[in-house]
Amino acid sequence: MSRTLLQVTDLHAGYGATEVLHGLTMSIEEGSITTLLGANGAGKTTTLRALSKMIKVRGQIQFDGQAIEGKSTEDIVRLGVAHVPDGRGTFGSLSTEENLQLGSYTRKNKQECALDQEKMYAYFPRLKERRQQQAGTLSGGEQQMLAIARALMLRPRLLLMDEPSFGLAPLIVREIFDIMRTINQVDKVTILLVEQNAAMALDLAKYAYLLETGKLVLSGLAEDLKKDEAVRRSYLGH
Amino acid sequence: MSTNISSHEKAIPWIWLVLGLLGACALPFFISNYHVFQLSMVLTYAIALVGLNILIGYSGQISLGHGAFLAIGAYTTAILMDKADMPYWMTIPIAAAVCLVVGFLFGLPALRLEGHYLALATFALAVALPQLLKFKHLEFLTGGVQGIVIMKPEAPWETLFGLKLNADRWLYFFTLAVTVVMFVIGWNLIRGRVGRALIAIRDQPIAAASMGIDTPLYKSLAFGVSAMFTGVAGALSAILVAFVAPDSFTVFLSITLMVGMVIGGVTSLPGALYGALFIQFIPNIADQISKAAPWAIYGTMLILFMYTMPTGIAGLFRLIGQKLRPTHP
Amino acid sequence: METFIHQVVAGIATGGVYASMALALVMIYQSTHHINFAQGELAMFATYMSWTLINAGVSYWLAFTCTIVLAFVLGVLIQRIIIRPVENAPVLNIVVVFIGLLVILNSIAGWVFTYTIKSFPSPFPKEPPFGLHFISSHELGSIGVTFVLLLLLFGFFKFTPLGLAMRAAAQNPDSSRLVGIRVGWMLALGWGLAAAIGSVAGMMIAPVVFLDPNMMSGILLYAFAAALVGGIDSPGGAVLGGFIVGILENILGAYVIGTELKLSVALVLIIVVLTIKPAGLFGKVIVSRV
Repeated sequence: MSRTLLQVTDLHAGYGATEVLHGLTMSIEEGSITTLLGANGAGKTTTLRALSKMIKVRGQIQFDGQAIEGKSTEDIVRLGVAHVPDGRGTFGSLSTEENLQLGSYTRKNKQECALDQEKMYAYFPRLKERRQQQAGTLSGGEQQMLAIARALMLRPRLLLMDEPSFGLAPLIVREIFDIMRTINQVDKVTILLVEQNAAMALDLAKYAYLLETGKLVLSGLAEDLKKDEAVRRSYLGH
Repeated sequence: MSTNISSHEKAIPWIWLVLGLLGACALPFFISNYHVFQLSMVLTYAIALVGLNILIGYSGQISLGHGAFLAIGAYTTAILMDKADMPYWMTIPIAAAVCLVVGFLFGLPALRLEGHYLALATFALAVALPQLLKFKHLEFLTGGVQGIVIMKPEAPWETLFGLKLNADRWLYFFTLAVTVVMFVIGWNLIRGRVGRALIAIRDQPIAAASMGIDTPLYKSLAFGVSAMFTGVAGALSAILVAFVAPDSFTVFLSITLMVGMVIGGVTSLPGALYGALFIQFIPNIADQISKAAPWAIYGTMLILFMYTMPTGIAGLFRLIGQKLRPTHP
Repeated sequence: METFIHQVVAGIATGGVYASMALALVMIYQSTHHINFAQGELAMFATYMSWTLINAGVSYWLAFTCTIVLAFVLGVLIQRIIIRPVENAPVLNIVVVFIGLLVILNSIAGWVFTYTIKSFPSPFPKEPPFGLHFISSHELGSIGVTFVLLLLLFGFFKFTPLGLAMRAAAQNPDSSRLVGIRVGWMLALGWGLAAAIGSVAGMMIAPVVFLDPNMMSGILLYAFAAALVGGIDSPGGAVLGGFIVGILENILGAYVIGTELKLSVALVLIIVVLTIKPAGLFGKVIVSRV
């Protein structure tokens, strides 16, 4: 039950000449929700971008025992890693339904894809109402739901989520976090959640990592980090 | 393309300039008349490229139609010399003024367009002008398809410092003098307020406007000034070739100018010279490599240059210069 | 009145050719933000390939199909080999590469096929269709072929997964990679399709303007103008723009200014349109936040 799905060892990554991650080591347990916390500029988004190889990396990344640090984004996707980027990354000029169809682009069994599409509409009824609507005209919350649904259309084994709560009303955020709980428990999707909203993230996750200026400073069970003095003062506000 | 006035433009390597000028003055006495003529043409292209650079490199606009201003300058000179019997040297400032005005007037409406739309507008200018020059109802002025033949000027003195001076050599020195003047004007423009305003407009147009820079005025001015430079080049080339005709000023000429500018090096005064050398001599070299398909060789060279020298020849020299200079502590 | 109708109809026929070329330009522009100045020469080269096949005894429609396939392959190869190394270079450098490509294709065509003007056959009969006076069979056939082509393309992009992936890759390459789309190959595919479209345009116009290495330069200019008039990021606009330009050119040439100046006047009119509507008739004015 506690198999490691993703193993990251001494990961260095950055943009051009600037290195942002200075030797990150972490492991993600299969079937768990792990959260990566930290302030602005700590390197959280960079970590996810490094994992899906949107930027150049140095170090080792092993997914399900396979080394992926040398693979391209498109190949990593085909291994079952779905990344919901910061800013949602929706295809604004395409319709909601076309966005979903793109999520299952790499899958072969088109009947299963059609079934999954219906399943997404069941999870996100609001998307079903707007299925032919241009995705760019959806509200922020709906676009976030669309981004998650698109990622789920891959039937991923690992879901990388980048700040899903960003810019959204608390009620919508709650909805989205509930969905994440559901897909983790029901569909058995492993989730690596990058979040600024530390309180909600620590409630949802089983494990947590704390990143400060590109280095891991704390790691462990989420409930332990919740009680940690420094975490409480800096990130939980009490 | 967002380089500011970098140090290589601030610190003039005086020694190279003086040596270069001395060499340029000595050269015509050692080579054939035809080669002297070719070098004079190189100088005219260099002036045109400075003009084009002011528009594209420094002010960030685009023109696929500067051949039209070469034509306007050339025809102004030809018409004045042929119909008004004006001495050749007097036509140069007039051609400059005409092109300045025409360029500015073209720039006024054209600056509403950006990017590709502006490219199309300038391209249309390049296409339209030769057709206008061939137009039946303007033939009395332009000579129609036949063009205008002008008298090649004679050298005013038999010898210079004891060295024999013929028409080609005299015209070379004349062109060289005009080129130096134009380069000095260009350099002052670029380094002064105008240049800085243009670069501001190129890089951050909205910020420039909010700082009080009259953006439309400067953009039209950039057109006018670049047209002026190109007009002077056209006027000189008309005198050198002693002939103007519509088919000398096709769209291909405009494209050649642009290609020359990029290969020489954008945003660079020396680049204008390198680009001019490329325009004049590479087609000959391509012809020698393959008589059957010389333009295929030319095209291949264009592509190879872009792969290997993305910042142009001037950029390459700059890089070499940086590597050779000891790094400052 | 009949000649007027004939001018309009002829304008629609050539307009179809402009529309196809404009569409090819917009396709490459949408996915790469570059204007492919070599598009015309590619089409010309493909038409020469077709001419070679027909002269070797291949039947017209078989040669037609083979040419489309060959043009597609050529487009893909050019993108992968020549364009890919400078994909991220400054725009002026890319323009120079396109010009180099244009010149190479033109020169090789002139070398292999000579500059003598050749006639290119039309698959449509010489007699006018159904006894009508204002349209020739070739014009009708050309319009028909153009419509079939545009319909097929529309269907491809709207209803097939690959078409969807290409649209996605053009809009948002990063997100496309995140769903596993191989963006590089989508670009190559776009080039291949554009080349194929161009080959059809070339084969439709060659019977009218005759085959010579310089036949496409005027057409490309009209196509460029058509794409801008329609809005450089709007495929539908480009197609409509093509027909507008075709009709405009014919009317101007016949009634207003004569063939020598019609190109200039058409261009001036287009620029006037652009000063009034800078993003083209159907282009989206992108409001950029300061």
